[in-house]
Amino acid sequence: MDIQILEGVFDANERIARENEALFREHGVLAVNLMASPGAGKTSLVSRTLELLSGELSIGVIEGDIASSVDAEKIKSYGVPVVQINTGGACHLDAAMIREALGHLDLFSLDLLIIENVGNLVCPAEFNLGEGLRAMILSVAEGHDKPLKYPLMFSQSHVLLVNKIDLLGLSDFDTGELRETIRRMNPAMEIFEVSCRTGEGLQAWADWLKRRVRESGKEGNP
Amino acid sequence: MHELGVTESIAGIVLRHAEMNGARRVIKVNIKLGELTGIVDHYVSFYWDLVTRDTIAQGAELNFTKVPVVAYCNKCREEFRIQEYDLTCPRCGELASDIISGREFMVESIEIE
Repeated sequence: MDIQILEGVFDANERIARENEALFREHGVLAVNLMASPGAGKTSLVSRTLELLSGELSIGVIEGDIASSVDAEKIKSYGVPVVQINTGGACHLDAAMIREALGHLDLFSLDLLIIENVGNLVCPAEFNLGEGLRAMILSVAEGHDKPLKYPLMFSQSHVLLVNKIDLLGLSDFDTGELRETIRRMNPAMEIFEVSCRTGEGLQAWADWLKRRVRESGKEGNP
Repeated sequence: MHELGVTESIAGIVLRHAEMNGARRVIKVNIKLGELTGIVDHYVSFYWDLVTRDTIAQGAELNFTKVPVVAYCNKCREEFRIQEYDLTCPRCGELASDIISGREFMVESIEIE
């Protein structure tokens, strides 16, 4: 006997993601899902963003890691609310983990929620968290060919931060070639070239993010 | 990379529907898999045996239908297969295309007895 099912493998996650999305919208919070491979500079970018924006915006952070609370401790020193999620082996965050973490945050008091995903260029792109903005980092040390090798995340993200541009002189990284690949793959993608070490380029990113927060806040609280 | 978790989700869906329909055994599972998902069917099949051990789905055949990545040009109003994730329309050269398939991942049907 044949039975029709037509049930998506990610349907359960999508349902919770839509609920998260509704929560963010109700509270006028812009949630940013920050994804990148390990060592690309996710925690450094979160730190730098807090330095530039925490005076003007109320920001919360969710730190996703397979294990340890090393990153959460670093972020805590900025005096912002932080929730640590340890996935216990899973290679990505999912919507249910975010839902649980939101129980530890006062969404009413936040303008921006930065969710640092698990370091991985593949799996996090598969799981919608209900975020309003999908951001990713590619560091110069990883090479400019990564969009072709890991296309899903590059095709799904709204913004790309090219980090560690202070290393450009030491590598064969071709920014022009990267931009051309991205242009053909995801023409709407916003690109910022930054160095979390020297601070170069970060003000432009912070200004852009601030605008996005203001826009989504307006949508949430008309 | 997360094929194990994904296979567990598939098994959950399959077993729920099999039990609802009073199955004694699941013979075949038909899965639609988009090429943009990055899921490797070979590994799903590998984990399947592990995940369904001692269940009525043990030994069921997994049949994957691959869905190519297809885009739609908003200018020409035509569909085209995407090569190397290049969204440039092969006909007009415009970059005004949307990906319309390739992300599917769905249990379409099962065969039970």
